[in-house]
Amino acid sequence: MAPNPKLFAFLLALSASTFVIGCYRRFSLVALGRPEYRLDALGTRFSRMLRLAFGQERVLGKPFGANHFIIFWSFIILAVANAEFLVGGLLPQASLTALPEPLQHALLFLFDLVSLLALAGVLFAFARRLFFPEPSLSSDYVKARSPEAFLILSLIAVLMLAYFGMHAARIALGSEDPSALPVSALIAANLVAPLAITPSALAAWSWWLHALALLSFFAYLPQSKHMHILTAIPNCFLSDLERPNTQPREEFKRGMRFGVGRIDDFTWKDLFDSFSCTECGRCQETCPAAGTGKSLNPRSIIHAIKTNLLANGAALRTGDPPSLPLIEAGEAKSGEGSSGEAAIWACTTCGACMSVCPVLIEHMPKIVKMRRHLVQMKASFPEELTTFFENIEARYNPWGIAPTERTKWHGTLQVKAFEEGKTEYLLYVGCAGAFDARQKQVTVALATILDAAGVSWGTLGKVERCCGDSLRRLGNEYVFERTARDNVNLLVERGVKKIVTQCPHCFSTLKNDYRQYGLELEVVHHSELIAALIAAGKLDLKQRVADLGRLLFHDSCYLGRHNEVYAAPRQVLTAATGASPVEFARNGERSFCCGAGGGRMWQEEQEGERINLNRVREALRQEPDTICVSCPYCLTMMEDGLKDLQGGSVKVKDLAEVVAEGLRA
Amino acid sequence: MLVVVCIKQVPDTTQVQIDPVTNTLVREGIPFIVNPYDAHALEEALRLKDQFGFRVAALSMGPPNAEATLKKALALGVDEAILLSDRVFGGADTLATSRVLSEAIAKLNQREQVGIVICGKQTIDGDTAQVGPGIATRLGYTQLTLVDHIEKLDPFQERITVRRKLEGRHEIVEAPLPVLLTVVREVNRPRYPTVPMRLESEEAVVQIWSNQELQLDQNGIGLKGSPTWVSRIFSPQREKGEIVGDGAVDPAGAAHLLVDRLLSRDLLVV
Ligand SMILES: Cc1cc2nc3c(=O)[nH]c(=O)nc-3n(C[C@H](O)[C@H](O)[C@H](O)COP(=O)(O)OP(=O)(O)OC[C@H]3O[C@@H](n4cnc5c(N)ncnc54)[C@H](O)[C@@H]3O)c2cc1C
Ligand code: SF4
Ligand code: SF4
Repeated sequence: MAPNPKLFAFLLALSASTFVIGCYRRFSLVALGRPEYRLDALGTRFSRMLRLAFGQERVLGKPFGANHFIIFWSFIILAVANAEFLVGGLLPQASLTALPEPLQHALLFLFDLVSLLALAGVLFAFARRLFFPEPSLSSDYVKARSPEAFLILSLIAVLMLAYFGMHAARIALGSEDPSALPVSALIAANLVAPLAITPSALAAWSWWLHALALLSFFAYLPQSKHMHILTAIPNCFLSDLERPNTQPREEFKRGMRFGVGRIDDFTWKDLFDSFSCTECGRCQETCPAAGTGKSLNPRSIIHAIKTNLLANGAALRTGDPPSLPLIEAGEAKSGEGSSGEAAIWACTTCGACMSVCPVLIEHMPKIVKMRRHLVQMKASFPEELTTFFENIEARYNPWGIAPTERTKWHGTLQVKAFEEGKTEYLLYVGCAGAFDARQKQVTVALATILDAAGVSWGTLGKVERCCGDSLRRLGNEYVFERTARDNVNLLVERGVKKIVTQCPHCFSTLKNDYRQYGLELEVVHHSELIAALIAAGKLDLKQRVADLGRLLFHDSCYLGRHNEVYAAPRQVLTAATGASPVEFARNGERSFCCGAGGGRMWQEEQEGERINLNRVREALRQEPDTICVSCPYCLTMMEDGLKDLQGGSVKVKDLAEVVAEGLRA
Repeated sequence: MLVVVCIKQVPDTTQVQIDPVTNTLVREGIPFIVNPYDAHALEEALRLKDQFGFRVAALSMGPPNAEATLKKALALGVDEAILLSDRVFGGADTLATSRVLSEAIAKLNQREQVGIVICGKQTIDGDTAQVGPGIATRLGYTQLTLVDHIEKLDPFQERITVRRKLEGRHEIVEAPLPVLLTVVREVNRPRYPTVPMRLESEEAVVQIWSNQELQLDQNGIGLKGSPTWVSRIFSPQREKGEIVGDGAVDPAGAAHLLVDRLLSRDLLVV
């Protein structure tokens, strides 16, 4: 049974058309999404794609990543061999033999070795799934999809085995040079004879096996999660260049739908993301909500989008409304193709999922977009948030305290008003800094530090208002829009050029979100300013702070992951105490949320384990005397967690308090 | 059937201060809000709309800037909003206020039968709780005050059953329509406006009725029609408070101190 070009052409056409139809079915659905521009800064995009897609940077972040790296690169290299195979199947004369001998030799050598690596990689992947699955691989979600994974792995394994069979047979027949194909030669020498099959029969059988495996692989590809082979690289190229620390603005015109309530409210890129998911589970493993038993699982959110799109695609194409809901109303749990409201409200917008996704899927903005729909179109949200929203609208702070109380933290301190031309820094006190009993102590500590360093600073006094961070992350974009406009106008009117905040949420909102409203200011977090003051020798830390004992530093998501400020707080603490702070097991970019971001601060947490308890337990394992934070939310969550866990004498301090202690000593 | 809800715009009293010299309210720069009880009255009217398909009209007497309050009502879903605003209505006490409001309701009734009027229990600035009953009396409607739940409404038999929240007990009362209800906070949880509703309400118009429309005798309304007036406003002297212990640093210690202090003054019985 020699290669039969006619039969092969027929099968190839069948496979190719299944592949094309499958791809078309999916990619044409992506076009149902709303427009979004993702072709700016091509250079940056290109280098990011090289680093993350071809360099597999994030894939390699996990123990089994190297295995994927090998399979990925084998695929790329063997693409040439397979192209030759396909062409050769149609035109038997066309083959690599047309190339100059040394080059041909080198290529065959490479293919032979790479095929062995790929085979090893695939067997390894089999073994991993069967014998030592990680928690994220043993979930029901993955179990349901295991047959598909095994099918694909088997196809690849068959492909490699057939490749070796083909070449071993040719070596046995004397048509190929064994020195070019060490692995195949080994097989030819040891296996062809015992197989009791003539080399020419082996050649034919392997050829057809190879052909069928390859063609089935193509035909099946678009139906499976291995679609990511096609989409992952472009998805990295098209990823959002901003860090996930802002959300896009929304236009408020009558007659429009706001947020995402049905699948075609997403942008095309959101939909493309869903076809790029490799179902690797990295996002799920790192998500604080998923990790503490909430109904949210970022991987399921992405998967539901894909399923929903496939289910509703036909209707949408004909202009009919979708029949499968994207968001399950009320108490209903997430189902196949739908996400439950509880899952949508559980997100702390910590950004951990996005920082690990190997194909740069953007989970958090999708969750916020669905929140926008729930808040703005349905007014459906956890009860507690009604009070929160009304307080912000009526009194410009989350607690609904009278704005006249905003300056009460001054106590006996002399606090000046910000004056254009005279004052250098506006101290944006923030709602917690102004109203929360505990955080007010941090504000005072910061004021003391600024005075000690001779910094010229002032505040907006009673007219300062909430920055709107929680509003935005909770999807109340309409009220956020008004808040942001008012605040930007006020800052411009007052001639503010530099702002220092003690809250990473104010920091990120003023720095990143307000840019969308034309505000370009120098915004620094107090950790950065204090670090700079120490470096410039402006702060005389008379004595090493020792009575706080063993100091453990907790990274805030909005300072660290969202704004990449990791070094400054550590420098400050090192300078104040004379030793680097102790680290959590999960620190820096891998830090674990305190549970309060994304407006979670203002909601009850009934499902599963409380996130702050999880983090405090982790802290206590390091046996600290003091947990040091840089954020008012973290401060509250850590203190509450310590109380609940009877954390004994462990204290929680903001880094400004640590430094102020050093000034006093 | 038309449901009428009466809403008053009040200064955010948590932010009002009394000028110690002139003994008058410092109202400058104080934001206005919807009287909190009236937000519940509005919600109850909207629930009747959702349930029975009634039309809802919101009514407010006040200065021109009270339009903002009615816009909020429009954003939440009332079908029409009427602001009773005229210099001659100014300076009204509860008698004159209820007179103007009841005349306006009577005028609405000529166009479409009014079945239910809903007021808040009281306002947070005037605090009299008289306006609702005043309106009912003038219109000859049954008055059901302090309602915390509408048990049953039969629009065909034109009967309503409500639960009244009284000190230490509840009372279930049935009455024929038309009826005036005053509601307490427990009656419901006010809804939050959706953005499409907010955007609609930006365009929607609040009707302004002056005395031109109502044609009331000027001696019966406004300052002239008010037999009572406020002669003085003052804050009673309060003993200065004291912060016991440091709750932020040592909550348990502070609690102990506090209990000791209360016991020593016979304020706690053990
Ligand atoms: C600062 C201040 C100064 C005042 N000065 C005078 C004065 O100089 N002379 C004088 O006679 N009186 C004066 N008043 C009293 C004023 O007239 C009353 O506030 C008014 O009559 C309404 O009474 P009330 O606020 O007690 O309402 P309540 O009887 O407590 O209100 C019950 C319900 O009636 C409805 N309602 C009340 N008022 C209105 C309204 N305007 N529009 C629509 N619905 C309404 C609402 O549903 C409300 O929940 C003053 C009040 C204040 C706060
Ligand atoms: S942002 Fe954080 S909480 Fe939200 S889905 Fe991602 S990992 Fe989970
Ligand atoms: S979204 Fe990203 S991290 Fe999560 S499963 Fe898919 S590919 Fe993996």
